[in-house]
Amino acid sequence: MRKIYLPLKDEVIEDLKVGEWVRLYGECYSARDAAHKRIVESLMRGEKLPFQLEGSVIYYMGPSPTPPGRIIGACGPTTSMRMDPYVPILLEKGVKGFIGKGKRGEEVRTAIRKYKGIYFATVGGAGAYFSERIKRFQLVGYEDLGPEAIYLLELYDFPVMVAIDSSGRDYYLEK
Amino acid sequence: MRMVNANEIYEKVKELIEYVNFNVRDDVLLEWKRKRNEEENINAKIVLDILIENSQIAKEKKIPICQDCGMVLIFIEKGEDVCIEGPIMDYLNKAVREVYLNNYLRPSVVKDPIIRENTFDNTPPIVHWDYIPGDNLKISVMIKGFGSENASMVKMLLPTTSEEEIINIVVEHVKNYGPNACPPLIIGVGLGGTMEKAVYLSKKAIMRPLFKRNDKEHLRRLEEEILRRVNDLNIGPGGFGGKLTALDVFVESFPTHIAGLPLAVTLQCSAVRWGEIVI
Repeated sequence: MRKIYLPLKDEVIEDLKVGEWVRLYGECYSARDAAHKRIVESLMRGEKLPFQLEGSVIYYMGPSPTPPGRIIGACGPTTSMRMDPYVPILLEKGVKGFIGKGKRGEEVRTAIRKYKGIYFATVGGAGAYFSERIKRFQLVGYEDLGPEAIYLLELYDFPVMVAIDSSGRDYYLEK
Repeated sequence: MRMVNANEIYEKVKELIEYVNFNVRDDVLLEWKRKRNEEENINAKIVLDILIENSQIAKEKKIPICQDCGMVLIFIEKGEDVCIEGPIMDYLNKAVREVYLNNYLRPSVVKDPIIRENTFDNTPPIVHWDYIPGDNLKISVMIKGFGSENASMVKMLLPTTSEEEIINIVVEHVKNYGPNACPPLIIGVGLGGTMEKAVYLSKKAIMRPLFKRNDKEHLRRLEEEILRRVNDLNIGPGGFGGKLTALDVFVESFPTHIAGLPLAVTLQCSAVRWGEIVI
């Protein structure tokens, strides 16, 4: 598996092809249902966000609480499809890619092709495994949302598959 | 009449809820390992290796198998000759609260489906009671993540629906929703009763040990045919392709009305967190 570093450069994104497994290294932000709703509501009101969307990768994940002596608790991906309606606006605002699990809808493929983004899918139900692949974990915003808050994460040797590439090709439709 | 103190039930249920959050079911783990060696699809091998390593890390380092520590389901089969002394529902709530707070398990339950404020202790559990002959209490605990719960369904079919049509509906459902439900799945199918009874049966079905077929010939046929066809879909572990979409399919049935045929399908994700005790 190739090593890929975050934040993602455009030429790296365009070089990644559907179906390829890669190992991710570097920073991304967690956000799931409630955080997405709040991000988009803030954008509509013209408010400042607790992190910079431009150039970022968003990981659909809500961790379990951190046990003493560890960096993070279990932290595998949640179902991506629930976040589909938010993808076009986030890509328009500069987000480069998403990490989650499972299939996406047509609106996601279209927006990824338009903005040259990428969707990585990985393995659900492996929260303990991914917990060993996080170097840094830090609260960024929306603390009141508990496990749904936004966190900065530094990924290390984190396996994912290119499920939708920048040309809009979708692994789930082709396999 | 045998008397059992609610406090004794609470202690044992607490242990069980804690155990199942960190330990994959034995028969499931064994089957992953067996299928890993048979599988030719490279993606399926990658995913099964990750799931097997995940189960070891969870057990050894006491990190939850999945960050979605689910909603707790408790099924109690109460012998008619047993009397429970004490406020059992309070104790079951207390068991969930203590296990989730003391073991760094994610609180995933909100107080209200509209207002959506987290209870922060994963209470309340969903509790189902059945009455059976005898003086034993059989208690099963299931930790249900919502990736797979959201991918489950109930449908009211016409009473004239054929076996073949039932199989088609279940297979089509798995084809559409299976990849999102974290396969390898265990598929529970409930047939008959009323709408909620069918759902209940589909939940009970996924607690059956792997490869134990239904005693009734026509239901055994459904189980075998659905399993064969689902595993031909090339969904595979994690949804990335391969033969192992489902470890098994279990069908449970109940008498129903002349006008209906309720069908429920519960998809159980790879993180099969389940266990039972007899008191």
